[in-house]
Amino acid sequence: MHTTKEHLKELISQPGLSGFEPPIREVIRAAWQPLVDEISVSPLGSLHGLRRAVKARSKPAPVILLAAHMDAIGLMVSALEQGFLRVTEIGGIDPRIMPGQIVTVHGTRDLPAVVTCLPDRLRPHSKENTPPALEDLLVDTGLSQRELEKIVRVGDPVSFAQMPIELGESMIAGHSMDNRASVAAVTHCLRELQHVQHGWDVWSAATTQEEETLAGAFTSPFMIRPAIAVAVDVTFGRMPGVSDYRSFPLGKGPTIGLGPNIHPVLQKRFKKLAEELDIPFAMEVMPQHSGTDAYAMQVVAEGIPTAVIGIPLRNMHTPVECGVIKDIERAGYLLAQFIARLEPTPQEIFAEEEQE
Amino acid sequence: MKKTPPRLSIGQPQFRLLEKLCLASGVSGAEDEVRKIVLDEIKPHAAEIKVDALGNVLARCGSPDPKAFKVMVAAHMDEVGFILVEADEGGFYHFRTVGGVDIRQVPGKPVWIGAKHTPGIIGAKPIHLQETEDRKHAISLESMRIDTGGENGAGLKPGDRAVFATPYKRSGGGIFAKALDNRLGVATLIELVKHPPKNITLQAAFTVQEEVGLRGARVAAFALQPDAAIALDSTPAYDLPDPEGNENAVYNTRLGQGPAVYLSDSGTLSDPRLVSFVARTAEARGIPFQFRQPGGGGTDATAIHKQRGGIPSLSISVPHRYSHTAVSVALVEDWQNTLRLMDAILTDIHAEIFREGRP
Repeated sequence: MHTTKEHLKELISQPGLSGFEPPIREVIRAAWQPLVDEISVSPLGSLHGLRRAVKARSKPAPVILLAAHMDAIGLMVSALEQGFLRVTEIGGIDPRIMPGQIVTVHGTRDLPAVVTCLPDRLRPHSKENTPPALEDLLVDTGLSQRELEKIVRVGDPVSFAQMPIELGESMIAGHSMDNRASVAAVTHCLRELQHVQHGWDVWSAATTQEEETLAGAFTSPFMIRPAIAVAVDVTFGRMPGVSDYRSFPLGKGPTIGLGPNIHPVLQKRFKKLAEELDIPFAMEVMPQHSGTDAYAMQVVAEGIPTAVIGIPLRNMHTPVECGVIKDIERAGYLLAQFIARLEPTPQEIFAEEEQE
Repeated sequence: MKKTPPRLSIGQPQFRLLEKLCLASGVSGAEDEVRKIVLDEIKPHAAEIKVDALGNVLARCGSPDPKAFKVMVAAHMDEVGFILVEADEGGFYHFRTVGGVDIRQVPGKPVWIGAKHTPGIIGAKPIHLQETEDRKHAISLESMRIDTGGENGAGLKPGDRAVFATPYKRSGGGIFAKALDNRLGVATLIELVKHPPKNITLQAAFTVQEEVGLRGARVAAFALQPDAAIALDSTPAYDLPDPEGNENAVYNTRLGQGPAVYLSDSGTLSDPRLVSFVARTAEARGIPFQFRQPGGGGTDATAIHKQRGGIPSLSISVPHRYSHTAVSVALVEDWQNTLRLMDAILTDIHAEIFREGRP
């Protein structure tokens, strides 16, 4: 079986832009298949794994959902122009980091390409010394307009081609660490659960389209109807220029979300558990929209108690997003232990805390 | 007109050599890795090889006659890049650029640092945490760091050089790599040394520190004392669509149009006798070429032509897009035609073309 590092490197070597997830979904499916009892794909393309309760103490077994979005940010072809491609963004992209990025254009076949911006000598004087905007970006495949027209059309996705970079033993950088790092955490949790007599059905979901519409997060919980849903997503790593309350040091454990998207009982349980198990963690205050699948999952059907577990990542939404393996495994372990200790019924969990 | 088949051509061995050269780190003043590759390649082929005080590799080949016409061909080995200037906490380093790196190309890139190619990344503030005001300004060099990831960066120190960590790739007729400026020139010159002209002495100068002031070429030309010189380089093609839809009149060169022959740049007025000889030679052999638009920029020729009492010089470049960035793009056919043209020039050149006196 792959180590977490090998698994993660495989995950961040795959394309899978929002709405174009099949390549990454198949890699996740291969990793999850041996760890779950059933596996299926939703109408919008989310991957659902079911690991049945081993020792259910109530019938039917209550359900917990672990959701990590698998889609990635990138670009989409908006025009073909004199042998170059004009592009728009999928997900939030800072055009200032785009010039010089290596990408893959997914036409009728994959084309290696580079993103470029117009040199100042070709830009209007009014734009001199200004940073590149999205409309200044071009993608160059090295092919002529005639060759391009045979392979590429408007709407084709363009993904980052940056291969994984190992920064020492435990740090990994690459594209799509948001949110493949969390997918790896869910995989780690499923592995831990192989040794646990859990009483709940555990659904793992690799959701689609989080970066654009949260479409996976709105629909997967509706199909699964969990009593508890946990969004696993990345959060901001501390780095030069990023040091306020929204950022967390790498290698010091996962974060536990706290705010309106998060059920207070769940947040307290995660905190208490991490303390008991001596897992380092930080509380992450999420004043409004948590920026995760939890925002959608909380309001599915009649409403679902939701929690957020975060993995700190530097340089989010760049092709050199950087995280630490240990944080991923700690998040996975924390999730598995949380599941192992759930009471026989959800009612007991939420009632008990209300009395406190 | 009957076309003669080229004597030299680009095939798998040449691509492998170019890949090795592009993946090597050779920031101005620290060209060691490139120099080693050059020496290994040319050792069996040159009559004499010397590494001078600055690190230039000077090789003699071709005619053994000491009275033969001497042509210096200079290709600079160095590339633009970075240098660590100060360690920060947690494996972060402040850095500065060496040579004219396009700052807009720096954020969000992986780098290789030092002789061991230790991996590092140059990050950027997440878009979610930026204020509207941030987006109006380019990301400043001062705000950027090279992140080595803590213990991974142990052993690194200020003064270590770094380069963009860009893979080498070919697709269709294109080559994608870092440092095509000027590993294309270096690879071409290595081929010329391996297949030297018979009638003249080829003085191959693999120069250092071109990107920081043409410093290697200056001393190399003094030492070699050639009768004529050609700087073999790679020049930008700005052949991108004009944003307003007008004709792009400032393209400098265009990919696919063949080697770029210089008429003038910011530091050199090419010798007109050489210009017309080169054009005649290309036309006679049916080798496509283009004149680089006169204007800015510069090559080793700037330093060479003013050395000693003056040396007739010109520059010939393989065009490439995206100079001094993480990834440049060139076309195999332009490289092939540059190699053919250089070989034809060295085969045909003779003292007579300079007899007529400078017009």
